[in-house]
Amino acid sequence: MLLGPNGAGKTTTLRMVSGLLKPDAGSISIFGIDALADPVAAKQIVGWLSDEPMIYDKLTPIEYLEFVSGLWNVETHVAEHRARDLLRWLDLEKFVDDRCETFSRGMRQKVALAGALLHEPSLIILDEPLTGLDAGSARLVKSVLADRVSKGSTVIMTTHILEIAERMADRIGVISSGRLIAEGTLAELREGLGGGNTSLEDVFLAIVERDHSDA
Amino acid sequence: MSAPGSLSWFALHELRLVWRDALSMMTAGRRQRERLVAIFLISFAALMHVVAYTALEHVGKAGLHPDLPTLIAITAGLLLSGTAMLSQAMENVTRTFYTRSDLELILSSPAPAHRLFAVRIAAIGLSVSVMSLLFVGPFIDVLAWRNGPRWLAAYGVIVAVSLVATALAIVLTATLFQTIGPKRTRLVAQIFAAVIGGMFVIGLQLAAMFSTGTLSRLAFLRSDYVLTHSPPLGNAFWWPARASLGDEYAFGAVMIASLAVFLFVAGFYAPRFANYVVSAASVSRDRVRRRGSTRAFEVRPVAAALRRKELLLLARDPWLMSQSLMQLLYLLPPILLMWRSFTFGSNAASILVPVLIMAAGQLAGGLAWLTISGEDAPDLVLTAPVPRSRLLLAKIEAVIGCIAIVFAPFFLGLLIYAPALAMITAVGVEASAISACLIQLWFRAQAKRTQFRRRHTSSRIATFSEAFSSIMWAGTGAVAAAGSWLAAIVALLAIALVAGVRLLSPAQTT
Repeated sequence: MLLGPNGAGKTTTLRMVSGLLKPDAGSISIFGIDALADPVAAKQIVGWLSDEPMIYDKLTPIEYLEFVSGLWNVETHVAEHRARDLLRWLDLEKFVDDRCETFSRGMRQKVALAGALLHEPSLIILDEPLTGLDAGSARLVKSVLADRVSKGSTVIMTTHILEIAERMADRIGVISSGRLIAEGTLAELREGLGGGNTSLEDVFLAIVERDHSDA
Repeated sequence: MSAPGSLSWFALHELRLVWRDALSMMTAGRRQRERLVAIFLISFAALMHVVAYTALEHVGKAGLHPDLPTLIAITAGLLLSGTAMLSQAMENVTRTFYTRSDLELILSSPAPAHRLFAVRIAAIGLSVSVMSLLFVGPFIDVLAWRNGPRWLAAYGVIVAVSLVATALAIVLTATLFQTIGPKRTRLVAQIFAAVIGGMFVIGLQLAAMFSTGTLSRLAFLRSDYVLTHSPPLGNAFWWPARASLGDEYAFGAVMIASLAVFLFVAGFYAPRFANYVVSAASVSRDRVRRRGSTRAFEVRPVAAALRRKELLLLARDPWLMSQSLMQLLYLLPPILLMWRSFTFGSNAASILVPVLIMAAGQLAGGLAWLTISGEDAPDLVLTAPVPRSRLLLAKIEAVIGCIAIVFAPFFLGLLIYAPALAMITAVGVEASAISACLIQLWFRAQAKRTQFRRRHTSSRIATFSEAFSSIMWAGTGAVAAAGSWLAAIVALLAIALVAGVRLLSPAQTT
């Protein structure tokens, strides 16, 4: 889980890893693949979901997923099976033949998530995936992500809802002014601040404040 | 200071929005461009005055007299402006119904919404007259300078035509709304707007073709047929033309009549606009189900998937369809001309070549913008494991494929009648379409498809070079169709233009 104040560089970092931005310097390695030297191989194993769900208004969810399958070159019978499973899990089954233009933000977010998961990526990168989702949808998305993690995928996501980070994250990274200023499990982060049973919100604010005073 | 909710308060609010919108359209949202835009506008006005002066050189110092040929020419000019204004006004009225923007805020407030709509109706009238005056104004200025200030009355006539066109657009759109319902009006009104915009020009062209066998509208207007079938000189039909020539009585009558029509329509429909907007908003929330949902799930290779996506998006977007339809509409006279050539065996088919090449370039430019820049899910496409060059190539293939489908019937028709012309057309259409695609590729700037109409604002160089490249390829086709080797030189100039544009294009890094 990647946390940080507004403008810290969380989205920029994730967009660089996804191949949407080129870094000025440094390297990006995804499961041993140099993402800058071989972006196509890296993209094959990455799934990206933006905080602003970008889908085609005039396509239906199934047509959208058909198109995504073409981009990732997923075989027809495999893609169809996965697409229908994902739409069922995300409670979109009865909207399969409706055009996305009439969907709410949460429904659009779920269609975009289905697109990001269709090729079963090893690394799933999600920028604020739960924004705009109702409680039921948020729970659905979390269960789908948990399922992917149990099957061996890695999920990196950003969120401003620290309760979610506290409950979901195995490891937490705190980013500020484009730098990773802390990283570890919640227990390790607490340890770094002198221990105690403080909430993630207190830990996060303390880390950011310490970084600001150091600067 | 205007009282909140008053007519003048809404007018000031609207004026500020219109001004900022126009400024952002001209500067593409870059403030540092404001000075450049000012220089461009002044240069454009100066150039238009030079063009007007040159075009009107044959008009002697004695000026124009209200004889039948003059009245016919002026009336045709006014009808031409009028249909263009009607088309633009219909599109603006439709946009007022269907684009929510600030309407939710205003309709949910206790402010009297009919005042805002009255102001918006007036703004539509004003905007359509400004657009026409930009092009007609220099001609009026030159005539006023050479033949006396009475010609300045033509400014008033243009405003009068814009008021009537706006009133007519409101009545037409509202009637569509009431008869076929808000759901279909969106599509039908936009297609109407596109058809009306080209109707007068195409109608004249068709009439010219059937009477004189050419595409010359001027020859038709000067023909004996038109002169003998026109209303007599004293008829009220000529009042707008007489008013343009400075006839005080005709001017007064035209201004009063147009203002009365506009005020009546605005007063009648402004209070009803809120209901239309609410009905339109309800429609856009309706579910749109795809027919034949049992269609098999089929994954296509990248190029085919992109091509299918582009075709589906275009086919399902009535607004984009109407924008593209407008360009195809101008192919109607060449189609009939081709048919006439077949039937009567004339040599007119050779003038088809440049028309088709020009149309292909323009259509390809629009489609290329939609596929390359107008991508609604750029993140999805960019994160796909497909090399960037392959993606762009697939998009260009999609455009060229569409162009091939549209122009294949012309090619096949020509192939039977004149194989050499068919080959020239095929090469010209391909060259023109590829050039337009390349220019759009080099000047690509990510945008929403809904910004299609504003695509020209992102780069003036791209806009002008796209038009010039189509013109030069059309010129190449015309010279080649005439059987001259000079076509090779024109083709080289067209290639040089495209190469020069490449040097001016910004570096694309992502």
